[in-house]
Amino acid sequence: MGMTIAEKIIAGAAGVTEAHAGEIHYVELDRLMSNDGTTHLTIDMYNTKVKNPRIKDVDKLVWIVDHNIPADSPKTAASHKKMRDFAKEHGIKFHEGEGVCHQVMMEKYVRPGELIFGADSHTCAYGALGAFGTGVGCTDYLYAMVTGTSWLMVPETLRFNLTGKLPEGVYARDLILTIIGKIGANGANYKAMEFGGEGLATLTMSDRIAICNLCVEAGAKTALMPVDSVAMEYLKEHDREPKAVYDSDEDAEYAEVYDIDLSEIQPIVAKPHFVDNVVPAVTCKGVKIDEAFLGSCNNGRIEDLRVGAALIKGRKVSPTVRFLVVPASRDVYVQAMKEGLLDIFMEAGAIVMNPNCSVCWGSCQGVIGENEVLISTGTRNFKGRAGHSNSFVYLASAATVTASAIMGEIATADMLQEV
Amino acid sequence: MSDTFAAKVWVLGDDIDTDIIIPTEYLALKTVEDMKPYAFSPLRPELAGQIQPGDIIVAGKNFGCGSSREQAPEIIKALGVRCVVAKSFARIFFRNAINNGLLLIENPDLHDAVAEGDIVEVTVNEGILHNGTTYPIASLPQNLVEIIEAGGLVKAMRKRNGLE
Repeated sequence: MGMTIAEKIIAGAAGVTEAHAGEIHYVELDRLMSNDGTTHLTIDMYNTKVKNPRIKDVDKLVWIVDHNIPADSPKTAASHKKMRDFAKEHGIKFHEGEGVCHQVMMEKYVRPGELIFGADSHTCAYGALGAFGTGVGCTDYLYAMVTGTSWLMVPETLRFNLTGKLPEGVYARDLILTIIGKIGANGANYKAMEFGGEGLATLTMSDRIAICNLCVEAGAKTALMPVDSVAMEYLKEHDREPKAVYDSDEDAEYAEVYDIDLSEIQPIVAKPHFVDNVVPAVTCKGVKIDEAFLGSCNNGRIEDLRVGAALIKGRKVSPTVRFLVVPASRDVYVQAMKEGLLDIFMEAGAIVMNPNCSVCWGSCQGVIGENEVLISTGTRNFKGRAGHSNSFVYLASAATVTASAIMGEIATADMLQEV
Repeated sequence: MSDTFAAKVWVLGDDIDTDIIIPTEYLALKTVEDMKPYAFSPLRPELAGQIQPGDIIVAGKNFGCGSSREQAPEIIKALGVRCVVAKSFARIFFRNAINNGLLLIENPDLHDAVAEGDIVEVTVNEGILHNGTTYPIASLPQNLVEIIEAGGLVKAMRKRNGLE
C-alpha cells in the first residue's frame, strides 16, 4: 500500500518500512525546538521531576527567545535568565533577539525529511521544506529531550491539489484562510494537510511557510509539501542539505482530496473571534480600526514587508491608527534595511519594532485596549488574544493590513487612491 | 479504570480556545494556583470562582484549540475539574491533558442534551448517565490509560522505569 509524506517520515523515524494512518509508533526525533513561552516550565520539571536528569542528544535542541523579547517585566526577565543559564550550562543552541522561532528554524535548521517537535503550535510551518513539524506541550517536550524519542499516532492526510496561479494582489495568506474557512477550525484535527499539484510551483518559499504555518488553525497535526526546485534553492541559499526527500505515492490513501484553483482565490478577512470565520475582505470595508500589525511567523518575511512598503510608499498611516511593523527575524530586518523598506515605513508614520512575536500573542508591546479593533497578519483572532478580553482582531494579508492602516478602516489595496 | 462518580455540569460552547482557558497576560504569574482565578475569564470571568472540585465541564467541538501552552489543562485540573467531556478536542490540548493526568471524554451527543447545573453520573470507559439516558464512552488506547492512571506522563515513565 502506498504512503503519504507524513507516513514515510514517521516510518523512517520509527525504523520500520511502512507506517499507516491510525497506527501508534515510537519515533526517534531529529530536532526539538522550544521558546520562552514554556521553556521555563520544562526546566522546572527537568530539575524537580526527573530522576537522574540528562539530555539524550543536546545537538537536537534549539531554544529561541521570541515571545517576550526584550523582557517586559522582572518576571519575564527571570524566565529568560533561567532559559539562558540552562542553555549555556548544557550547551544548547540558543537564539535571543534573532526572530520568531519558526522563522529562525526555517532560516537555520529545518531539513526535508526531519521529524521535529516544537513546544509551539505553529511548528507545522516546517512542512514548507518537507519536514514533519508538530506542536507539543512542555511535558512531551521534556520526555523527548530526556529520551530523544516519543510516540505518535500516524495521522490521516487531507490532500490539497493546487492548480492555476494566485491573481495579482492576492496572497498565500488569502489562500490558507480560504482553506481554513472551507474545512473549519477542526476540519483537519489529528490529521496532516498535504499540498501538491502544479499550482505549488507558482508559490514562493515565503508563501509556502505562510500556508503550512497556519494549518494548525484547522486543527492539523502537521502540514507537508513535496520538496521541489523552489525548496532546494532555499536550502542551497541557506547552506543546508536534505535529510531525505519524500513525495506521496500515487496509490497513497487520503482521508479527503480537495482541488483548489488558485486563480479563484480573492482577498480574505477572518473576523473575530475564530480563524475559520472568513469572508471576502471587501465585505468588511469600512470597519474602523485602532491598530494594524504587519509581522509574525505567518507574514513577517521580507516578501510581506515589500508588499506593505510598496503600498505605503508616498502615503501616510492614518492619524487614528498605530501601525506596527515587526520583521519576523533579524535576517529579514537587515534585508529590509538594505532595501530601504524600514525608511519607507518610518516616513509613513509606522512603528517599526524588533523581531518578536509581538501582538500576535498579546504580549510584548502593542496590545490593544477595551473595545479596540486590530487588523493583523498574525496567526489568531481569538477573543482577548491581542489584549483586552473585549477587543476585536481581524486577520488579513500584508496588503489588506497595510491598506487598512492607511485608510483607518478595513480596506483592500485596490481601494487606495492613486498617489 | 472503571470508577463511577456523580458530578455537576458546567456547559461551554464550541471552539473553547487556549486563550479563553488562560489568557496570555496571566501566563507570567508564578504558579498555576496564581493563574487559576483567571481561567475562562475572557468568556465567563466568574466561572473559575464557581467551579467546585469534582465538577465536570461539558463542551462542544474542538475544545482546547490554539496554543501549545500546557498551563491550559493544568489550570482545569487545578480547579478540581474531574473531567472534560466534549464533542472533540484539539490535538495538542488532548496530549497535554493526558500528560497531566486530566481525563478527557469524547462524546458527540451529551452536549446537546445537558443543561448547566445538571448532575450526571460518569462511569469511566463505559458511559455517562443523564436523565435516564446513557451516553457511551469509547475506550482510550491502553498507553493513554496508563498515563492518566499514573497521574501524567512523567509519573507514568517513572513507574514504568521502576523509579516509584
